[in-house]
Amino acid sequence: MNASDKPMLEVNGLVRKFGDRAVLNDISFNVHRGDTLVIMGGSGCGKSTLLRHLIGSMKPTSGTVKLFGEELTAMRERELIPIRLRFGMLFQSGALLASLTVGENVALPLLQHTDKSDDEIEEIVEQKLQMVGLTGFEDLRPDEISGGMKKRVGLARALALDPELLFSDEPTSGLDPIMTAVIDELTLKLTRGKGMTAVVVSHDMTSAFRIATRMIMLGHGGIVAQGTPDEIRASSNPEVQQFIKGEPDGPIPLNLSQDEHEHHQHVKPRPLHRARHRFHRKTG
Amino acid sequence: MVFIGVRAAPMVALTAFSVGVTLAMQAAHSLESLGAQMYIPDLVMLTLLREMGPVLIAVIVIGRSGSAVAAELGTMKVSEEIEALEVMAIDPVQFLVVPRFLAMMIMLPALTIFGNYIGILGGWAVCVFALDFNTAGYVLEALQSAEPWDLYSGMIKSVVFAWIVITIACNAGLTVEGGAEGVGQATTTSVVQALLAMLVTNAVLTGIFFFAG
Repeated sequence: MNASDKPMLEVNGLVRKFGDRAVLNDISFNVHRGDTLVIMGGSGCGKSTLLRHLIGSMKPTSGTVKLFGEELTAMRERELIPIRLRFGMLFQSGALLASLTVGENVALPLLQHTDKSDDEIEEIVEQKLQMVGLTGFEDLRPDEISGGMKKRVGLARALALDPELLFSDEPTSGLDPIMTAVIDELTLKLTRGKGMTAVVVSHDMTSAFRIATRMIMLGHGGIVAQGTPDEIRASSNPEVQQFIKGEPDGPIPLNLSQDEHEHHQHVKPRPLHRARHRFHRKTG
Repeated sequence: MVFIGVRAAPMVALTAFSVGVTLAMQAAHSLESLGAQMYIPDLVMLTLLREMGPVLIAVIVIGRSGSAVAAELGTMKVSEEIEALEVMAIDPVQFLVVPRFLAMMIMLPALTIFGNYIGILGGWAVCVFALDFNTAGYVLEALQSAEPWDLYSGMIKSVVFAWIVITIACNAGLTVEGGAEGVGQATTTSVVQALLAMLVTNAVLTGIFFFAG
């Protein structure tokens, strides 16, 4: 087996429980070099949680995650460093450092991890910002730009070290259709053109079908369907059809019950009258 | 560093001056009945150097900078910034905590020295303008009363307080959970915990210095 056949990312029997509830239940899939995998699924189905396991910031209850052939699950923070330098990650909100300017945010990985001169770094920053359509925004601060712009700066930052692999959490949500197309175009250029691998969490179906070479649909904590975009489009699974067509009626329940719901809401729900009481107390 | 140190200076000055003035007046009142008014400078000097200086300046820094550090780090935590740093293989402790730690360790003792001076100046103001002291007399009496150890013990306290304040503030900030409300709670917690820890430590340190010295 030569290196290019070996999967870049291997997930095997991944289970993650919060308390007794399995948010992710027995997830297995592989991503090969050059693939663009889109992970789809309704809000709160565990997509972001899955992504956090793939980058090593959450540890699974059981199962393994292998990135670049190395087992992440047993690693300590320090051992993760060389691996983290090989991939970029775009967070849902951009996750820019509020105390730094746009340019400094993009320059940060370069300053921390390379010996490049200030001039070289400045040039790279300019080039990366140009790629996401933000030329001339270097000196603004994150609170002076819109949410969509933050996300694009986040993308520029994720690409600063020219990673082999890019993880993105909802790269196009909150962007207008034209900017969505620009970002998709950029993803295509980097993946098909330069051989970068991408793992994208998205529920924007237009964008997903435009960039994906493989797709996974999550639901009920497990994988509902996986395959190429054509296979997914032709899937006979009614849940898949409902999701990709965005129909309100179908097998996917509209309201999740309390214990099916995502872990973010693991705080006990407060009865409404108590919430109202709290509200009055706070607003005086 | 600028935030913790330089911008806190006016507030520290005002507080220290008020304390100096108050101490001198209280001392004047109490010592008068003993006919020992000449010891007012001693009392102001020693109280400031050993106790009031380090403690009050720490209180100000807890309220001002400790809370700010907790809130800032907490906000970074809830807005995924800390996680983003980790994913970029940048150690958040090295990148965020170490500079704040160093700033606090340098600036709190520096502010304490500054506050001591201003407090002594406050005492001087009362003695010279309201009581029968002249400047030379005040300064001489004050300097005679204090030994280097009085200053050092205050400085030791101040360094220990700096360590307590910044450790509690950073810890509170980095362990925030649950959005804006969590940040608010962490900020409050950091102030309350830091105040309590600082006051208890002060008592312990005074005890150690008292019995050891």
